[in-house]
Amino acid sequence: MKVVAAYNIKGGVGKTAAAVNIACLAAADGFRVLLWDLDPQAAASFLFRVRPRVKGGGKALIAGKRPVDDAIKATDFDNLDLLPADFTYRYLDLHLDSQRKSRLRGLLSPLRGEFDLVVLDCPPGISLLSENVLRAADLLLVPLIPTTLSVRTLDQLTEFVAGLDRHRPRILAFFSMMDRRKRLHREIAEELPASRADVAATVIPALSAIERMSVQRAPVTASAPRSQAARYYRDLWREIRATLAVSPAQPGS
Amino acid sequence: MQNGVREFIFVPAGDARPPGDGLPPIGDPRFSVATAGPSRTLRRTWLDTFDWRLFRAGLNLEAAAGRGKSELVLTARDGEPVAAELARGLRWPAKIDDLPVGPLREHLAAIVGVRALLPVVQGTCVQARLRALNVDDKTIAMLIIDQMALTRPRRAAVPGRVAVSPLRGYQAQASRFADALALAPGIAAAEQSSFESALRVAGRKPGDYTSKIDVQLSAGMPAALAVCTILTRLFDTALANVPGTIRDIDTEFLHDLRVAVRRTRSVLKLAGSVLAAGLAGRYRPEFKWLGDLTTPTRDLDVYLLGYGAMAAKLVAATEPELRPFHDYLSRQRAASQRQLARGLRSARFSQLASRWPHDLREVANSPGRRATGKFAAGRITSAHQRVLRSGAAIDATSPPQALHDLRKRCKELRYLLEVFASLHGPAEQWRAVNELKALQDCLGEFQDTEVQQAELRAFARRMMADRSAPVETVLAMGEIAAALALRQRAARGEFAGRFADFASPRGRARIAALTRE
Repeated sequence: MKVVAAYNIKGGVGKTAAAVNIACLAAADGFRVLLWDLDPQAAASFLFRVRPRVKGGGKALIAGKRPVDDAIKATDFDNLDLLPADFTYRYLDLHLDSQRKSRLRGLLSPLRGEFDLVVLDCPPGISLLSENVLRAADLLLVPLIPTTLSVRTLDQLTEFVAGLDRHRPRILAFFSMMDRRKRLHREIAEELPASRADVAATVIPALSAIERMSVQRAPVTASAPRSQAARYYRDLWREIRATLAVSPAQPGS
Repeated sequence: MQNGVREFIFVPAGDARPPGDGLPPIGDPRFSVATAGPSRTLRRTWLDTFDWRLFRAGLNLEAAAGRGKSELVLTARDGEPVAAELARGLRWPAKIDDLPVGPLREHLAAIVGVRALLPVVQGTCVQARLRALNVDDKTIAMLIIDQMALTRPRRAAVPGRVAVSPLRGYQAQASRFADALALAPGIAAAEQSSFESALRVAGRKPGDYTSKIDVQLSAGMPAALAVCTILTRLFDTALANVPGTIRDIDTEFLHDLRVAVRRTRSVLKLAGSVLAAGLAGRYRPEFKWLGDLTTPTRDLDVYLLGYGAMAAKLVAATEPELRPFHDYLSRQRAASQRQLARGLRSARFSQLASRWPHDLREVANSPGRRATGKFAAGRITSAHQRVLRSGAAIDATSPPQALHDLRKRCKELRYLLEVFASLHGPAEQWRAVNELKALQDCLGEFQDTEVQQAELRAFARRMMADRSAPVETVLAMGEIAAALALRQRAARGEFAGRFADFASPRGRARIAALTRE
């Protein structure tokens, strides 16, 4: 089981859009996928029409009083389940023990035989939860708006990950919400992937089809699989798959 | 039902088209249904052996074929999956070796044995997939709608069927949806599986064939009526196995036919005197003819069925050296099967098949006064005495024929115990038959191994005469004959002990317990 976390310190950069589409594409490829909506804003849960509520809230999950398995909901897509958000997730930091930063990893480990891929849709910020995410993830999928400040944020994150002891996730950043009309966007999106191995070649432009996901309440890769937006996400999924070097488990394995 | 799946039957309402596919409308505003893809047409065939071995083992086997995909699915009676296998190009009836190698075949082999799998019911089914949605338009359950028309054994429509499978995390909502669905007009909870519904519509009853003599007699009924009932039941069993024997579907058809004929002959011999004058005497030659007709094929079946075990025991020779013997037996069997089929299609057999039940009915209409309980007790006592006398006369110097004669007496006693079984308590019956069976097994082993040795020599002579046996094959057959001789010697050694058990005061008491009034 591999864990991919859509993560960025900044908000509004396309984490949820990436998380739901990657989860959907992986499921369509035969991976057994769990998407965990860790963001109390519950955008991913909303997109899958799942009510953002976990019995006992985040506290019960973190404390292990309610098994993660019990809170999982099937989505309308084969092979794709969702662990919904809950408004109490905003207090997750309070429930996490600052001494044990692998709690999230521990919660996921019983699901090892059930899922091939876990996608974490993370809230923005750098917190105790973020540190747990870094220790649970095999790959950090980092959406960046192609600006100088965003690149600086990636550098900070890379430095932070390098400083972790024992488990260090790989980083795969990609440019998201790129506006081709902006020269700076174009320049950064062209130069950086060529010079850095941790930046994906795929660039996701700002497209209305992606924004309309919240109206359709479905990932664009499912509601408009032939759209340009879906094509970009498929390219990104291919890069993720190559980075993780994974294939779906055989039935029954 | 498995994993919270709830099933209903319904009478299709209006057009059987999406999104409802004939499902009655659900009057609960909290729920709606939407189509989940195009419907598909499946050809569903439920399979079992002629004697319902799978049904008796609590299993259902279904072959579902549609859109280039064919699947064999084995489930427990409650629908819990046991094994499944992709299987294309299978034709029914099929034997276990015709199925693709895998867990399904492995599972079936132990239950089905040498019997062929036959289509029990067959139908064409249009299957639609729907989603049950909540007020957020989120899927809470998948619905499988199944509308089937039987094509075999007769054309008929089966009530529509819908299975509600909750999605993970939505069990409570799906259950509320199923409750709402249950209130819709023309819908009812399914109390039977698809297979059972199809069987019911087809007019078939699971387990409607058994080779056992399942007649219910009473001690007070007229003996002639009891004997007629037994003979009628035996002849029904024989006739039920004739088409399968002629088509050579599997070797058990012939086996069951033979057993029914043998039992009939014994009943005619031992209890025929109770029937109208001359009836038993008139029909005994006919049943002897029928029995003799079946003997050559069955004898060859026994060799061929035991060939693998026989070859596995070779020490000096190898299986390929023995192979020409197998081929010879197969050729002989094919020829004798043709003879057998011809006999079963003959005018003589047709006459027997029409006259015998008619004559039995005539006897049953004026059965006389002799009571079955007393009659059966008398016959069993005499047969028991004959076994005890013949057995007591056997010592270490007795010729093989003495043991063969005793075997016949034992068979007669066994058949009497079986045909009059319904007069006795099951525990007493089981104890008496069990001890007799142990003695019969020993005598059977002794005689069968002797007959087989003689036959092997005869086969070898004929094979050499028509040059179909290389010397290596004859040597391998010699090795088998030697193994048979050893088995025969061992059986002879065991005989005295087995008979002593049977003839002991406790053994005698077991049979006597069945003859007390």
